[in-house]
Amino acid sequence: MPKVVLTRHLYQYFPALEGRELEVDAETVADVVSQMEKLAPGFAFYICDERGRLRRHVNIFIEENLLRDRACLSDGVEPDSRVFIMQALSGG
Amino acid sequence: MSERILIGTRKGTFIVTRAAGRWTLRLAGHAGMGVNFVARDPNTGTFWALLGLGHWGAKLSRSVDAGETWSDAPQIKYPAGARYLAMPDPTEDNPSMQGPVSVRDATLLKLWCIAFGPTGRIYVGTIPGGLFESRDGGESFELNRGLWDHESRGGDLFEGEGTGNTHWFGTPASEGGEFAPGIHSILVDPKDANRILVGISTAGVLGSSDGGKTWENRNKGMLNDYLPDPAAEWGHDPHALALCSAESAHVWQQNHNGVFYSRDGAQSWTRVSRPDQGVHFGFPVAVDANDGKTAWVVPGHSDMQRMAIGGGLFVARTQDAGETWETLREGLPQQNAYDVVYRHALGCSGDRLAFGSTTGNLYVSDDRGESWQTLANNLPPIYSVAFE
Repeated sequence: MPKVVLTRHLYQYFPALEGRELEVDAETVADVVSQMEKLAPGFAFYICDERGRLRRHVNIFIEENLLRDRACLSDGVEPDSRVFIMQALSGG
Repeated sequence: MSERILIGTRKGTFIVTRAAGRWTLRLAGHAGMGVNFVARDPNTGTFWALLGLGHWGAKLSRSVDAGETWSDAPQIKYPAGARYLAMPDPTEDNPSMQGPVSVRDATLLKLWCIAFGPTGRIYVGTIPGGLFESRDGGESFELNRGLWDHESRGGDLFEGEGTGNTHWFGTPASEGGEFAPGIHSILVDPKDANRILVGISTAGVLGSSDGGKTWENRNKGMLNDYLPDPAAEWGHDPHALALCSAESAHVWQQNHNGVFYSRDGAQSWTRVSRPDQGVHFGFPVAVDANDGKTAWVVPGHSDMQRMAIGGGLFVARTQDAGETWETLREGLPQQNAYDVVYRHALGCSGDRLAFGSTTGNLYVSDDRGESWQTLANNLPPIYSVAFE
């Protein structure tokens, strides 16, 4: 199953996730977010807005590739993919 | 007089408590986070904090142990199908926002204010222009459709394309840089929960007499010096509203264009500014709980110079419904002070007042503003000051 790696900033809001190996059953990035929501209720609204779009200052990488579909998160993930959820380094 | 003050700042929630004649201040939570507003629900005792987390969006946080611990509350979200008419966002290529008004999907850009009705209902004002209401103590919130679908903002866009014409414009106060209208003031009549007023930047004041089912314009008498017709029905910019608990027909408004007063529940307004005394521009306003003719403002120089006038910080008070004003300076810095006080950063409880500035200074008065004591000088920029 794909592995999920979070920016440590998110542990401030979801301390129960810290130190855990996060593996989720997912074929797309949208699946990853919905699975993470099950693990940590409220998580999806930190990453996406209420329309399911990735927030402007959040980045998701599948391995080293930046997510392409920020509107629907339809980018595919492989069983051995690592998915990185990061804050964008916007501003100074 | 309340012995506890809740402070929302750009970098966290602070609580100031008075015991044995001394004030003690502590960081009470949300370290490093933007806190737009902190308040205590008098019906349940729950503390609520309205957060702006930057990357992670706007979040509601609450504490059931008087600020010792905080946790995320059920979050406010715009329902599917909520849309609004908006001007283009200002960009480098289009700084003056030329172009047609367009329909946008509504997503939460900012949680701006919270209010508690006498029957236990909780109200939250947001950008873009949402009034959310909870009837279950904050377990769930519902968008007020009467206001969202109001004809002044183009009608019902859930079901169709509406009129295509909105009188609600933007405010630069949104956290993401979007230019959208915002609700920053919600007043629920403590004697009659059906009577509600909201202040919108920029549209003006709307009022409901039926608990929020229907809404009407409450801008009669308002003047906007930046409009071709200063007395236009819409397009006014209230910065803050306050009403007298005991005399709830007495409503005050610090507006971009001066201080306004109503003695008839915002059915009509009179401008009571005294620019020659520095009482005109500013953000906050507070009104005495028992005497509707007594109010306080913390003036700034002007919209072009949003800072204390002449380097001396003062509070202005009227006790005769704005006929005359006193400038109260004792204990406040009178040299090289350029503080500005935001719209939610002046609180009142009995004879006690407190206010905080974007310079991180916090002041309290125990004698109705006659004299002031400094509580802090190095806080983050202060967004809200509320007695519990």
